[in-house]
Amino acid sequence: MNLSVSVSVDGIVEEIFRREAGRVLATLIRLLGDFDLAEEARQEAFAAAIEQWNEAGVPANPRAWLISAGRNKMVDRLRREVAFRTKILDREIASAEADAAAAPDDAEDCAFGDDRLRLIFTCCHPALSGEAHIALTLREICGLSTQAVARAFLVSEETMAQRLVRAKKKIRDAGIPYETPEPPLFNQRIYGVLAVVYGVFTEGYAVTTGSELTDAELCGEAIRLGRLLDELLPENPAVLGLLALMLLHDARRPARVSQEGDVILLEDQDRTLWDQSKIAEGLALVERALSAPPQLSGYAVQAAIAALHVQARKKEATDWPQIVGLYEVLLRLQPSAVVELNHAVAVSMVDGAARALQLVDSLAARGEVSEYHLLHAARGHFLQQLGRDREALDAYHSALGFASLEPERRLLRARIASIEGLRAGT
Amino acid sequence: MQYLLLIYSSEAEEAAMQPAMLGSRMAEYTEFTKGIIQAGQFKAGDRLKPTSAATTVRVRNGQVATTDGPFAETREQLGGYYLVDAKNLDEAIAIASRIPSAKSGSIEVRPIWPPQA
Repeated sequence: MNLSVSVSVDGIVEEIFRREAGRVLATLIRLLGDFDLAEEARQEAFAAAIEQWNEAGVPANPRAWLISAGRNKMVDRLRREVAFRTKILDREIASAEADAAAAPDDAEDCAFGDDRLRLIFTCCHPALSGEAHIALTLREICGLSTQAVARAFLVSEETMAQRLVRAKKKIRDAGIPYETPEPPLFNQRIYGVLAVVYGVFTEGYAVTTGSELTDAELCGEAIRLGRLLDELLPENPAVLGLLALMLLHDARRPARVSQEGDVILLEDQDRTLWDQSKIAEGLALVERALSAPPQLSGYAVQAAIAALHVQARKKEATDWPQIVGLYEVLLRLQPSAVVELNHAVAVSMVDGAARALQLVDSLAARGEVSEYHLLHAARGHFLQQLGRDREALDAYHSALGFASLEPERRLLRARIASIEGLRAGT
Repeated sequence: MQYLLLIYSSEAEEAAMQPAMLGSRMAEYTEFTKGIIQAGQFKAGDRLKPTSAATTVRVRNGQVATTDGPFAETREQLGGYYLVDAKNLDEAIAIASRIPSAKSGSIEVRPIWPPQA
């Protein structure tokens, strides 16, 4: 009898830990002003909880209990150490204690939400490297283990641990604030945060040499981060747009790669494999993203394009004229060579390959993206459609020279082989 | 917290500046410096003479060795600095981005160790 009770308490405790780990850490970082100290404090608080809750039962507000236990343990420890240290540390403890005392024990949910938002802005601060952004975000906000983060990026655990240590040291030494920036800075920084979340997603979505399982995990974490941001910053058009974009891309995941690991292009995918529940959620979010004031976000436009693709039951039913229009909107919002290239591909579906080739050639003539393999692949595709096989072959060979991912290289080789086969046959 | 803002810019480009340009750049600096003094952020700041006036000193085996020129040849050279008081890195970056030379050169933002008690 006793055993079954303790098992069920363990189950509840585990569930509470899973649910509260992120919030407890975020608040402890604010109270203690240090990432490592906060992680230790959380660990000690969880250990104390396992011991005490089994006897005394789970407290009414477990989150507040864990935070105050963690804070008290660290303040105690600092106080014990102070006997051997300098006056500076004394002042630090006094201010940490004052901060801790100022924090209400049963703070509202929104206050904890603020702490998590602070943590997100700190981990994605522009003074940190791109590598550090993603590593810190996965470790500190998503709560992945260092080992799991290392595996996702195909580096050793030791390398990842060093990267995290360096990033946390920079936060401390450079005085990177643990703060959600005020407008107008907020509006710049939120794009940085979203870029990190999208970076986590595309890292998982790109067909790399990593195992498929890891890739799906990364996309799942990115979507979870998107949901968290949507919870913390409701009705933000860019957040809604990004979350919609990720869901609509992720819905197509089961149809993107063949069993042999080859890339399957959108037009050739088995549309019955698409995840309809993600599509439904994504479509509803796109609606909201496009109608939310005050301004259109690039993510919302990209999501709208993805929405048009997944709404077509057959590839012939795709609304290409509207997609061309959306790419033109996107080109005004955030001009880039990649957007121009995608625009040209959409134009080829409406006005034909000759017009699309003109667009790509004018992009290529500017020379900024001459090493971008997809530019050469698209040129090859248009030339092939126009029956200019010789030039198409040259373009595909250039693309092969710049492509690094094996599945993409296989696809290019297959195209080259198909043209050569035709030429040999005639 | 204190930050040292190191101003790197191309001496060659500056030497080639028209006098009118140079005059307006100087006026911008005066304006900027006044602003951070009024905001209570200014601790110190100076313009350096060009690297052609630099001497690099090293002591090896007790021997003082001097060489003509800066410590390292770079595309942009250290031409001046500000020492400022800022609440955190965001505030330091905001100050650095208003330094006139940030538009053409680069500003390195370096936090200062607090003095040992």
